[in-house]
Amino acid sequence: MQKPKVCVLRTAGTNCDQETAFAFLKAGAFVELVHTNSLISGYKALSEYQILAIPGGFTYGDDVAAGKILANEFKYKLKAALLNFIHEGKLIIGICNGFQVLAKSGLLPGNDELAQEASLTLNDSAKFEDRWVYLNCVTRGRQKPKCVWTKGLPEVIYLPVAHGEGKFVVRDKAVLERLKGNNQVVVEYCDEKGNPAGYPHNPNGSMEGIAGICDETGRVFGLMPHPERHIHFLQHPRWVRAQNRQEGTGLQIFKNGVEYAQKKL
Amino acid sequence: KFDEKHNICFKVETHNHPSALEPFGGANTGVGGVIRDCLGTGLGAKPVCNTDIFCFAPFDYPMHKLPAGTLHPKRILKGVVSGVRDYGNKMGIPTINGAILFHEQFIGNPLVYCGTAGILPKEKSFKEPLKGDAIVLVGGATGRDGIHGATFSSGELTHKSETVSSGSVQIGNPIEEKKILDTIIKARDLNLYNAITDCGAGGLSSAVGEMGKDLGAKVELSKVPLKYKGLTYTEIWISESQERMVLSVPQDKLAALLEVFRSENVRATPIGEFTDTQKLQLYYKGNLVGNLDMHFLHEGWPRPEKKAVFSTPRHKESVPPRAEDLTPSLIRLLGHPDICSKEWVIRQYDHEVQGGSVLKPLCGVANDGPSDAAIIKPLLHSAKGIIVSNGINFRYGFIDPYWMAASCIDEALRQVVAVGASLKNAALLDNFCWGNPDKPDRLGGLVRAALGCYDAAKGYGVPFISGKDSLNNEYTIKNKSLAIPGTLLISAIAVMEDTSKAVSMYLKKPGNLLYIIGTTAEELGASHYYDLFGIIGNHVPKAYPKKARQVFDALSRVSSKHLIRSMHDCAEGGIAVALAEMAFAGGLGAEMFVEEVPVVQVRARAQKTQVQRDDFVLFSESNSRFIVEVERAHQKEFERYMRGVPFGLCGCVSEEAQLKIFGLDGKVCIAAGIAQLKEAWQKSLRW
Repeated sequence: MQKPKVCVLRTAGTNCDQETAFAFLKAGAFVELVHTNSLISGYKALSEYQILAIPGGFTYGDDVAAGKILANEFKYKLKAALLNFIHEGKLIIGICNGFQVLAKSGLLPGNDELAQEASLTLNDSAKFEDRWVYLNCVTRGRQKPKCVWTKGLPEVIYLPVAHGEGKFVVRDKAVLERLKGNNQVVVEYCDEKGNPAGYPHNPNGSMEGIAGICDETGRVFGLMPHPERHIHFLQHPRWVRAQNRQEGTGLQIFKNGVEYAQKKL
Repeated sequence: KFDEKHNICFKVETHNHPSALEPFGGANTGVGGVIRDCLGTGLGAKPVCNTDIFCFAPFDYPMHKLPAGTLHPKRILKGVVSGVRDYGNKMGIPTINGAILFHEQFIGNPLVYCGTAGILPKEKSFKEPLKGDAIVLVGGATGRDGIHGATFSSGELTHKSETVSSGSVQIGNPIEEKKILDTIIKARDLNLYNAITDCGAGGLSSAVGEMGKDLGAKVELSKVPLKYKGLTYTEIWISESQERMVLSVPQDKLAALLEVFRSENVRATPIGEFTDTQKLQLYYKGNLVGNLDMHFLHEGWPRPEKKAVFSTPRHKESVPPRAEDLTPSLIRLLGHPDICSKEWVIRQYDHEVQGGSVLKPLCGVANDGPSDAAIIKPLLHSAKGIIVSNGINFRYGFIDPYWMAASCIDEALRQVVAVGASLKNAALLDNFCWGNPDKPDRLGGLVRAALGCYDAAKGYGVPFISGKDSLNNEYTIKNKSLAIPGTLLISAIAVMEDTSKAVSMYLKKPGNLLYIIGTTAEELGASHYYDLFGIIGNHVPKAYPKKARQVFDALSRVSSKHLIRSMHDCAEGGIAVALAEMAFAGGLGAEMFVEEVPVVQVRARAQKTQVQRDDFVLFSESNSRFIVEVERAHQKEFERYMRGVPFGLCGCVSEEAQLKIFGLDGKVCIAAGIAQLKEAWQKSLRW
């Protein structure tokens, strides 16, 4: 079977590109690091790839607001290519700054006009924080999750967050209802048992503990925590006392994307 | 050397004066500068981690005592932490290690040490500019910021510095530097240049001057891109505007090189070329404005001779009152600003970016205990790791800078051992921050410390690979000059063959045995315990490198055999603080018997020498000591490996969440719940 091609997008201030590329590599994909300039100039075409990953970092210094400038490049310079990419049934994942870009460009939660409906704003603690969090990835009491990226994950997973602007907010109540009704809430902050909990379990004060959402197709996924920072047991903060030394839970997310692309694209 | 294909480099810089005037900007550009040092090593190393160590005046310093022209230490602390966070996080370099210490004498001059380690392919480790190469300036535009930064940094500060020298503080832009990093590595791997140097202190003048040392260089200063009009050619030449690198580029590769930078929106401009005239020739719009002999430039400065005097101070010899119950002292020690949890700071730094984190700065069942040293894997596909640790304790210098230096080296090295590595592939850096070297008493202490470094490094058998100094850390208040305590930072870096053998510091399982390795002497001079009572004393901890090395090597051997469940070094606050930290980080209790702690006689004080008081044993800060947790099943094997090394089986891990220490008389001298201890440790800096 042919390896799917992943475009790990980078630009000024991207800084999780290499470990994200490594995670996809481990998951069995062929990976290229591509600068936004190459896509805008037409030197590279997005259509060559099956998966687009927007990694973490501080694109353009997070000036104006986190991810805002790259989001505008998406909206005003790459809109057609991106929409086409999604229409072709391909996959997008945005991690941390990548999620901020997807939300601010309107690709998440997603609507026809690419109008922004959700945002990631300053943490309630008013500072950047790096800490590990538990995530509930089986949306409680609802129908089968639709996001292709989180299939087969255990009920509770453990990943690090590292951000200053990660508080998930929506434009109005209707958006939140739609997200929940459509089963677009993919991962939620929780305690170690999987129950909703306050700070520091919910590290930024996100509405309803939302840590990641997908679009209506389930193929475009954005999340604040960093799955690429937990693909190996050595990255777990308490691996020294762990009995079983398996791969980190983050790797499954990348494998899901790669497997989906292999089967369907 | 990291492995067959890669080398590593490590540098620690100081940015004290700028941080005193403008904490955010000073610390920000301090980090930026040391990252560029790394990028300018060989043909460019990729930075893989940062370490940041600060010294401030107490953060609860009374406002009304604040000398004119100084900022409040709390404001400096917050600004510095923000500056480091901003640059490190945005560059995507994990800040994995650090320390913060406090003393009133830092009121006029805070210390900010910034360090970066990097990795580069073996064949890219050396550079050589060639005749005819184009001089290419890469990165940000040049402005008036940071003019005379280097000279300002080398003078004393006064209440006027804020108005006179603010323009000397540089302005940082981490994203510009990130762009430079990305493109430089790309150009390096395409072999597009012969040499690279960063524009640091002195700006272009030192970068070009250094590179052209053996050749000669010709520069047209009007070609330098400017932030705004109106700079004189002198200003262009010495500006310390940040985020600039100088490359030496063969003419036939110039076009390809410029294209690499252009493709990612990085400014790159040829501004001259290297010649073979042995002269540094500067032009502005075609007119010769500077012409210097390279030899004069590099060798022309006569070697200064200065006078140094050192006399051992005699401090009043008093001891804290005897107490049956030492629990209150332990609680106070845990809350001591030097010892307390720095979680508020650490969490603001991204310490996991690049995905290589193996042992994080915070560890334990709740991820909040203090790790001894941090370990990262710079290559994601390899099990090899880099360890970074630091040793710093200016207090010992109040008694003797010689032993301060030896203790700092011991501390940095024992932290490497404590995380399970060996000293086989370890190296040291020194960073001296001192007062005015023209004053013989200040220089005397500095000389003592340097001698201590020399002897200790030889004794431990670990080489120094680099160093730095920052002098004139003095502040004039009412015509009286206040110097900082002479402060030495020792940073250690080591390569760990197999990071899956790492050892962490928190207790793992009830019933496991607790050993104390290394001997305890009555060395409480300048200890944190004495500090609680306002005593300095005279018996500063000494180091015995030969014996220490035996202890270190024995422990490295047992950790490589997986016989150690947890290990923590004893430093500030001694055995009691170390054990308390292990307990509350592991969420488990411990019992210990002071009787079993290996103690040593201090020869100088003949009769009364045997350590006899519980508090002396528990709070002494003697060097080369560890607390080690071992499974009962491994007791025999562990003790066999420890033969020839002083050790005592002193207690065990307990089910009950309590720390209990039994004194020499068999009675409990410390008893406290681990939650109470943790609270005391976290409270001080929970902002």
